[in-house]
Amino acid sequence: MVRVVWLLVYGVAVSFAAEGVDFSQDIEPIFRAKCYACHGEGQQLGQLRLDSRSVAMEKGPSGPRIVRHEPEASSIYQRVAGLGEGNRMPMGGQLAVDEIASIRAWIEQGAIWPEGSGIDAGLSRHWAFVPPERPELLPRPSDWGSNPIDSIVLAKLEAEGLTPSPRAAKDTLLRRLSLDLTGLPPTVEETDRFLADTGQGAYGRLVERLLASPHYGERWGRIWLDAARYADSDGFEKDKPRQVWFYRDWVVNALNEDMPYDRFVVEQIAGDLLPGATQDGRVATGFLRNSMINAEGGANPEQFRMEAMFDRMDAIGKAVLGLTVQCAQCHDHKYDPITQRDYYRLFAFINSSHEASQPVYTPAEDQLRAEIFAGIHEIEQDLRRRAPDWRARMGAWERDEASAQPEWTVLDTHIKLGSGEKYLVLPDKSLLAEGFAPTRSVVNPEGRLESGRINAFRLEVLTDPRLPLSGPGRSLLGTAALTEFEVEAAPSSDPEAWKKVALSRATADLNPPITWLDPFLFPDQDGKRRVLGDVGFAIDGFEMSAWNIDAGPGRRNTPHNAVFQLKEPLVADEPLHLKFHLSMKHGGWNPDDNQSLNLGRYRLSYTSEENAAADPLPAHVRKIVSSVPPERRTPEQEAAVFGYWRTTVAEWAEANRRIEELWKRYPEGSSQLVMHERAEPRVTSMLQRGDFLRPTEQVEAGVPGFLHDMPDLADIPGRVAFAHWLVDRSSPTTARSIVNRIWQGHFGTGIVETAEDLGRQSADPSHPKLLDWLAVELMENGWSLKHIHRLIAASETYQQSSHVSPELLESDPNNRLLARGSRFRVDGELVRDIALAASGLLTPEIGGEPVYPPAPEFLFLPPISYGPKRWYVDDGAQRYRRGIYAFRYRSVPFPVLSTFDTPTGDFSCVRRDRSNTPLQALVTLNETVFMEAARELGRRTLGEGGASDRQRVDYAFRRVLSRAPRQAERAELLSLLDGQRKRIESGDLNAPELAFGDRPVGTADGGEPDTTELAAWTAVSRVLLNLDETITRE
Amino acid sequence: MHGLKNAANPLARRWFLQQCGVGLGAVALRQMLHASDPLAPKQPHHKPTAKNVIFLFMGGGPSHLEIFDHKPELARHEGTLPPENLLEGYRAAFIDPSSTLLGPKFKFSRHGESGAELSELVPHTASIADDIAIVKSMVTDAFNHAPAQVMMSTGTQQFGRPSMGAWTLYGLGSESRDLPGFVVFSSGQKGPSGGNTNWGSGFLPSMYQGVQFRTSGDPVLYLSNPAGVDRQLQRDSLDSIRRLNSIRLGEVGDPEIETRINSFEMAYRMQQSTPELMDIAQEPQHVLDMYGAEPGKPSFANNCILARRLVERGVRFVELFHESWDQHGDLISGLQKNCKDTDQASAALVKDLKQRGLLDGTLVLWGGEFGRTPMVQGGTDDGRDHHPNAFTIWLAGGGIKPGITIGKSDDLGFNVIEDRVHVHDLHATLLHVLGFDHTKLTYRFQGRDFRLTDVAGEVATKLLA
Repeated sequence: MVRVVWLLVYGVAVSFAAEGVDFSQDIEPIFRAKCYACHGEGQQLGQLRLDSRSVAMEKGPSGPRIVRHEPEASSIYQRVAGLGEGNRMPMGGQLAVDEIASIRAWIEQGAIWPEGSGIDAGLSRHWAFVPPERPELLPRPSDWGSNPIDSIVLAKLEAEGLTPSPRAAKDTLLRRLSLDLTGLPPTVEETDRFLADTGQGAYGRLVERLLASPHYGERWGRIWLDAARYADSDGFEKDKPRQVWFYRDWVVNALNEDMPYDRFVVEQIAGDLLPGATQDGRVATGFLRNSMINAEGGANPEQFRMEAMFDRMDAIGKAVLGLTVQCAQCHDHKYDPITQRDYYRLFAFINSSHEASQPVYTPAEDQLRAEIFAGIHEIEQDLRRRAPDWRARMGAWERDEASAQPEWTVLDTHIKLGSGEKYLVLPDKSLLAEGFAPTRSVVNPEGRLESGRINAFRLEVLTDPRLPLSGPGRSLLGTAALTEFEVEAAPSSDPEAWKKVALSRATADLNPPITWLDPFLFPDQDGKRRVLGDVGFAIDGFEMSAWNIDAGPGRRNTPHNAVFQLKEPLVADEPLHLKFHLSMKHGGWNPDDNQSLNLGRYRLSYTSEENAAADPLPAHVRKIVSSVPPERRTPEQEAAVFGYWRTTVAEWAEANRRIEELWKRYPEGSSQLVMHERAEPRVTSMLQRGDFLRPTEQVEAGVPGFLHDMPDLADIPGRVAFAHWLVDRSSPTTARSIVNRIWQGHFGTGIVETAEDLGRQSADPSHPKLLDWLAVELMENGWSLKHIHRLIAASETYQQSSHVSPELLESDPNNRLLARGSRFRVDGELVRDIALAASGLLTPEIGGEPVYPPAPEFLFLPPISYGPKRWYVDDGAQRYRRGIYAFRYRSVPFPVLSTFDTPTGDFSCVRRDRSNTPLQALVTLNETVFMEAARELGRRTLGEGGASDRQRVDYAFRRVLSRAPRQAERAELLSLLDGQRKRIESGDLNAPELAFGDRPVGTADGGEPDTTELAAWTAVSRVLLNLDETITRE
Repeated sequence: MHGLKNAANPLARRWFLQQCGVGLGAVALRQMLHASDPLAPKQPHHKPTAKNVIFLFMGGGPSHLEIFDHKPELARHEGTLPPENLLEGYRAAFIDPSSTLLGPKFKFSRHGESGAELSELVPHTASIADDIAIVKSMVTDAFNHAPAQVMMSTGTQQFGRPSMGAWTLYGLGSESRDLPGFVVFSSGQKGPSGGNTNWGSGFLPSMYQGVQFRTSGDPVLYLSNPAGVDRQLQRDSLDSIRRLNSIRLGEVGDPEIETRINSFEMAYRMQQSTPELMDIAQEPQHVLDMYGAEPGKPSFANNCILARRLVERGVRFVELFHESWDQHGDLISGLQKNCKDTDQASAALVKDLKQRGLLDGTLVLWGGEFGRTPMVQGGTDDGRDHHPNAFTIWLAGGGIKPGITIGKSDDLGFNVIEDRVHVHDLHATLLHVLGFDHTKLTYRFQGRDFRLTDVAGEVATKLLA
């Protein structure tokens, strides 16, 4: 019944609309008003979006959406008209009769949807996808500001009928600049000096001094480290500690040196592949390696390598490009023109690396290494000089002693699943352990002997870039310990009849002296002490002793081999099953802290020869001896052979001993996660919904069409080409993205508020010309970041007072128009740094290993932490290092910082939240170091702040806030001081406890402290350190 | 239509002020900013049946086959291999999926008028069988702990998304002036595999994240005054801080200073009220006995009492992590211990809430991140691996229909065959009882409107009263 009426109405409507329906005038407004809410930008129910011509014209899940000239066959029409089976649209209401008629008529007339309507047309024209050009700036007759920042800002202010605020007070500017550029407040002396400098250019000199401070790199490095999702642990369940602080220091140093931003990016993407790559260049690739690693027992290493790859793409997108590329991991980007194919083509550039780590050394350690190598060289030269016939003797040794090696047959072995450790079988038949590393385990490689006999087995332990420091073991140092080596055999006719194979003798090329297993790194809950030593320990049947596969610093990450002779030969009258028991019981007790000594990569072989023994030659020497004839060796190869041969020469014992002494001085160094390019590139495929088990189509590396072209970079590795592409002068987003974040650091909000996304969904830039001008300035001034800081600091815009009138607050509450200076709470690290600096506790040392400030122990133990974690609270100076150096566990972040919104490093973050919570108040009021800072500030105030209370209040106030107190402020503090003095004198308040807590503190002059005064001034200092202004950049 | 979108977002706040603030003076403006406090209580989309949530998160993956999901067929097929077609595309964490089946280790019987089937491991849960709704058809996407816990907590395996509690607080605000709106406790053998992401705020403003409480030492980090600072000094100091901050506010005019003043005052109130809150020794002995709680001795039971006390004080979302259900080995003794540690207190919590008339407005949720394999792990027939295809949870109160069991897994407890409830569906249901259309509780981040249920989720209407 209803249907008939409708059809009648259509007849009327059609004739009414038949004259010619215009999409923009007649149809788009209907879609916008009635449909976009569910089928537009925000959501796309039924995968339909009616603001996109291309999507709307596609075939939908319930048939063709729009069939030109055939409304009844078009599902869109069916739905709005209530035909067919689908729910009538829009949900919860119907279109008006004439609206339905218009849609019908529009489809009948061919559904003409002009290009340039809807989002498709807008995509490529989005401002951020057009490379920035230097905007034309109108010369303005204005006495406000000297640089183009000001003319752009002023133009907008005038358009809004606003005027800029006056310049901030000199002391405010000093504190503002100091916090912005170095993250530390000025000292009283610095304040005095700046206030006294009334000469021309005082402000400019201040800017230069701060930009030259090594603390500049800490402040802005920390901001980059957010984008680089830096953390000192792996994340996920185990969240094991990792060593990546060389990367952190690389960032700080690079910024301090004002490394051009383009090079800064290139090194982080491909520093290992650049010509003449140094340690620094390799360390820089830690940027890509800061991804989390899931080492829980059930994890598939390839699945989580893929997760890490997605994370790298996300980090490159946010940190470098300013685009949310990760949306395209599962499907074409909904808003930006990045297709899923684009995503995987970019992915392919960085997909051919090993997840590697390498030893790294500080400059001092490097110098020591150079000295050791020179010392060894000198001793060896001396040996050569004293034995002029050394070449002939070495040749004879090679022929007579070094050549005879048994014939080994490599066994095909495999390992069934077990403890959660995973094993890859490599092409050379070696096994590579991956994933979870149990701390105590027995691994059972199984193999088969078809025929013949076995007189000895050989175990080779091998290096691989995927192992810690290349292995061959899985400890943090790449070392291993083999507790027991056992073999069982069973005839294939009776496969369960395992019989143990008796071993008679073990030999190895590495037989370290007996040592205790480090009970600190590898604690044993039973309190038993385990030993390490020569290979004999691997067949002594005793679980407390193990073969120590560790040649010591400088030589430990090399292959070794051990040979196990059989008591009786094993004869295969019929095929034999072989089962090895590689017992590794020398890990720590806690499987969550990476303290295993498991073998990393190894291979098993056998020989039928009798009396086989381990090859004493190091693998690299054996390779030269067996494959390069002496006359064709390079000097380095010859030196390598000599380096081993000399150890066999009896009369050189003393020289050999001296060389061993030198090795003992070799520095342990540190390790760093790096990229290490594979010999064979990986094939990259698109993945259905990002699932690593569902690859679809193979793709080649390439860049998205809507961005700039790949420059012609023939003959350089793909990752290097990609790195150069990211920072190409024609990139539309790279320079804009970083100058926007510098602006954000100075003003609290970027010119584009969504710093992570300059794409179509981004917030509109408040000052588009300003963004472009800064971007071009960056690129045309050698990508110097300090140049941008100088420009911003020099502007009147930056120097405005942040005081705000009610009227201005009302018209521009978030200061997007910049009619005033910005005022905001500093970043979490700086909250603590300010207390340390103002109190005088700060240890201003730059760089080095992470530190462990005081934190409640229970945080690092179950049931708060998944497993027990290391947190050795530092005493002394390390306790008072800046926040950037505090050890960062992802799963249990250092609470003093995380309470103030510091990110965990789980993913790239280019814009921090800035909350204001009671938990923050509890930190600054009550936390241990904040209280220590209050006590120290009280002590210094008493010692250095002058003679009167008034002078002292002013002194403490200036230490914290870099300005003199107003009368009312001084009065408040003096009254607090008096009040607490009275309470102490009346016995109401425990002065010694307040003044000293549980840590004894001396006075500045070494005299007997006046406890009452110390306590009262501690109370005053604590209030000062808890003011809003203290942790605010005004 | 996204009524709550960006309430705390400066862009939204700007809009709010631009649209509504015209002509207002500074005082009124400040009041308005205060009124736009992102933690202020808010109205959801429809009339809610629950206003509080207590989530008993059984981390590690409790065995549905030993506790809830009775499978006599599994016992009959013990020692045989599972049918090959079941294992197609199936991935296990540790075991070769082609491992033999292991029969259930405990006896089951029916309980209450509803006749819910439960094993002998949970006699106390059996005593509330008519108050709870059991879901035997839970499904998740992940089979490793960290990703699966993060899935259960945030609706995705990716780190960095807001947790259920954060979404709840974002949607409803907090009704407690002295306490955080989202409180987390931990007990058990280990800590949560997913770490703090389980109660994180993700891309939501960090004020929505869960705050960890504990039952020994300081209940909240840095809650106690430092040595030498007594209550009077703390009060005097806060008064000075307030007066000095007010002077500054008068000078610079930044309303954020007002917020700081309020934060410090609330910190002080937390200092005063939390010790009383945490002092469960105030509870009558029969209540302590009902839970099996012992004041001063940290336990899941103590945390359950505290959950009730928090809900009584208006705390919106309480999460109790109990991580010890990962029975790869020691299935029998491990489950006996875990159930002894949790069964009585979980049941007591429901009874206690009910007796106090709080159960109606409080959703209690008991469950882990996945179930366990019908196949054996280890050579001693005493362990099971992780299993995402089918597991069991229960819910009570807050508009959930009591005394029902929904969903079925197949005869081996391997796959769900009826009334499948994916984690997304659970989240949709949770938001539904709290008064939200889960597709409309959104937050814009990186240009996209995100929700707890990602792009999925159907309300499990069979669960609703």
